[in-house]
Amino acid sequence: KYIHIINKADMAASKGLKILVGCKRVIDYAVKVRVKPDRSGVVTEGVKHSMNPFDEIAVEEAVRMKEKKLAGEAVAISVGPPQSQETLRTALAMGIDRAIHVEIPLAQLEKLQPIHVSKLLAKVCESEKPDLVILGKQAIDDDCNQTGQMLAALLDWPQATFASKIEPSQDSKQLRVTREVDGGLETIDVSVPAVVTSDLRLNEPRYATLPNIMKAKKKPLAKMSPDQLGVDLQPRQEVISVEDPPVRKAGAKVESVEDLVGKLREKGLVK
Amino acid sequence: PQLLLRRRPASAGAFALLARPASSASGGLPPLTTEIHPGIKRGAFSQLTDADVSAFEAIVGGDHVIKDADEVLSYNIDWLRICRGQGQLVLRPKTTEEVSAIVRHCNKRRLAVVPQGGNTGLVGGSVPLFDEIVISTSRMNSLLSIDPVSGVLVAEAGCVLEQLDREAASQGLMMPLDLGAKGSCQIGGNLATNAGGLRLLRYGSLRGTTLGLEAVLPTGQVLDCLTTLRKDNTGYDIKQLLIGSEGTLGIITKAAILCPARPKSVQLAFLGLDSFQAVLDTYRLARRSLGEILSAFEFIDSESMRAVKKNLGLSCPLGEHSFYVLAETSGSNETHDREKLDGFIESVMSMDGCATDGTVAQDAGQFAHLWSLRERIVESLLVDGYEYKYDVSLPLADIYRLVEHMRTRLDGRVIRTAGYGHLGDGNLHLNFTTPKFDAKVLELIEPHVFDWVRDRRGSVSAEHGLGLKKSQYIRHSKADFAVRVMAEVKRLLDPNGIMNPYKVLPDE
Repeated sequence: KYIHIINKADMAASKGLKILVGCKRVIDYAVKVRVKPDRSGVVTEGVKHSMNPFDEIAVEEAVRMKEKKLAGEAVAISVGPPQSQETLRTALAMGIDRAIHVEIPLAQLEKLQPIHVSKLLAKVCESEKPDLVILGKQAIDDDCNQTGQMLAALLDWPQATFASKIEPSQDSKQLRVTREVDGGLETIDVSVPAVVTSDLRLNEPRYATLPNIMKAKKKPLAKMSPDQLGVDLQPRQEVISVEDPPVRKAGAKVESVEDLVGKLREKGLVK
Repeated sequence: PQLLLRRRPASAGAFALLARPASSASGGLPPLTTEIHPGIKRGAFSQLTDADVSAFEAIVGGDHVIKDADEVLSYNIDWLRICRGQGQLVLRPKTTEEVSAIVRHCNKRRLAVVPQGGNTGLVGGSVPLFDEIVISTSRMNSLLSIDPVSGVLVAEAGCVLEQLDREAASQGLMMPLDLGAKGSCQIGGNLATNAGGLRLLRYGSLRGTTLGLEAVLPTGQVLDCLTTLRKDNTGYDIKQLLIGSEGTLGIITKAAILCPARPKSVQLAFLGLDSFQAVLDTYRLARRSLGEILSAFEFIDSESMRAVKKNLGLSCPLGEHSFYVLAETSGSNETHDREKLDGFIESVMSMDGCATDGTVAQDAGQFAHLWSLRERIVESLLVDGYEYKYDVSLPLADIYRLVEHMRTRLDGRVIRTAGYGHLGDGNLHLNFTTPKFDAKVLELIEPHVFDWVRDRRGSVSAEHGLGLKKSQYIRHSKADFAVRVMAEVKRLLDPNGIMNPYKVLPDE
């Protein structure tokens, strides 16, 4: 079990939290996704990829916390193929200090699942010892919404998911997180270290400016492998098939209430 | 491979999204064009009779002959809402044969006609002036073939440009032109106006990418030059006469277009600069560092950006600058292209007096947003009230001198003087806005702006064409003899002068 104790009287006065931000490289949200003819997955070859939008929000939040002096250092991490480095460069261009790339060989990439990613992140947390991990609430390709929660469980850290606001708690010893829940908003205080996942309304990510894009190229980007971290990437699930959703059939207009009832009866929907 | 270039999936182009103001000038319908141009007299054409209407009904079917005044009205008003014609009849043929039969009848009866596609033209060339019959190509909207190997796309004239681009995308191709009106404009109209647009810099004009076309001449005869061959030097290239003729030499019914491969990687840099010289220096740098992958180079002045921010509420990620530049690259390899773009940015940042501020789009959302700052300028200016639009070609060094000159000349008389455009093509879009149409303002602008351009051997209409609005200025950019040769060609192909009269050539 991993235990990390912070001894801070006043978070604002200390040299600030160390934040680890997760970024995933996904098919760009504006692209029309196509299913492969053999139904084993979707077409990714030659398709535009970019940072998962919720991760962009997570990166933006980390950078803002640095600007507010709540955080001292922000580190971005991505688990993925060689091209994930591009995603990390974007994070660096937005203001992250340094990056870590856990490179996954192509053969294992398609079978990678949140359980593996959370184990890899947990291992990195052992050495990096962040005070706060911010992840996007879910990735727009698999929509799993699992990695943040699994990571918190593995580390035995508190979690505050679907965050729409992060600020110091009243006594400045904890973080006050506002969460978006079905019934509205829930505000909780969590002690650090903690895992927070970002929701849409947390912030609006900035454009990377040219000077920062240039600076990003010189910022450190370390590479690691799953073997080095001692994590087994054996898949636990097997994708049987991936299909397009059924084509929506045209509806029918009816002229009167009698018609409507008649049609409903025809379809056996009313007696 | 699918690659969304500039549009969010659901949108259909800036023009389609635009909620047009009810009327920019008069709070209702635009004034009749004949009132704005009282000097133009109706040609010696026949009047439409019931017998004519019956003949048309026999050709296209009763459903596709529009006589109802309310419906016909929309075909009489141009997109900018500065023209209103008095056409009484709209015909909507489905096939080339129907078009041929219609035109043959009109030629015999000496009835004037106006070919109309998407009606997105900006010089009043696509709507009637008097009672010309509108022949709409909207129903001729079949894509006939796409050859993924050669890249040749053959389509009927009424196909909407954006839809053709989507079809091309499914084959890994793209249409060689792109303009703000793509959601509504039709390929026939694009050819008839030799439309330029945002990608001319990279893919050239339609004069190069159109391999063949089929058209109905003013006598009703069908001209079949619809070849899909890349090279065919057998005789005079008559299709070049029709391209850019703005519907005055015939009605284009089919086109064969050479489509380039759809780029795998499209990048966009958006820069803020503080002098026009910096814009020119940046352009030179772009051509050197980005060379073969540069696909667009547009500039926007601070007044245009102000209009887009204030009138449409769009946000600009950069601070206040005198000029903004959009530099887009399109290539086959993302890694290589990013490297080239990085090189360009490094040069731009290190060059004295060059770009001081800028960003690179990180995802499709940012890409679309940055492009909208340029593509929606026309829309934003319409919000001011009445827009006076000018589209000129000038030597690069003179482009902004004209804007500054006119801004001084119209100081206090207009809401704003906005300058922006296709810098890479030497094409300036110069627009003025007033709350309502002001004849005195128009007097201050014309012919002064055209004379200024003529004196620097520029073009008084770079890409919009002459239409109705600029036909009398043709000699500002073409020698008198050239104009007379054009008139001969017109007489040859259209002996009765029925095909889109009052447009392009001056009334003599």
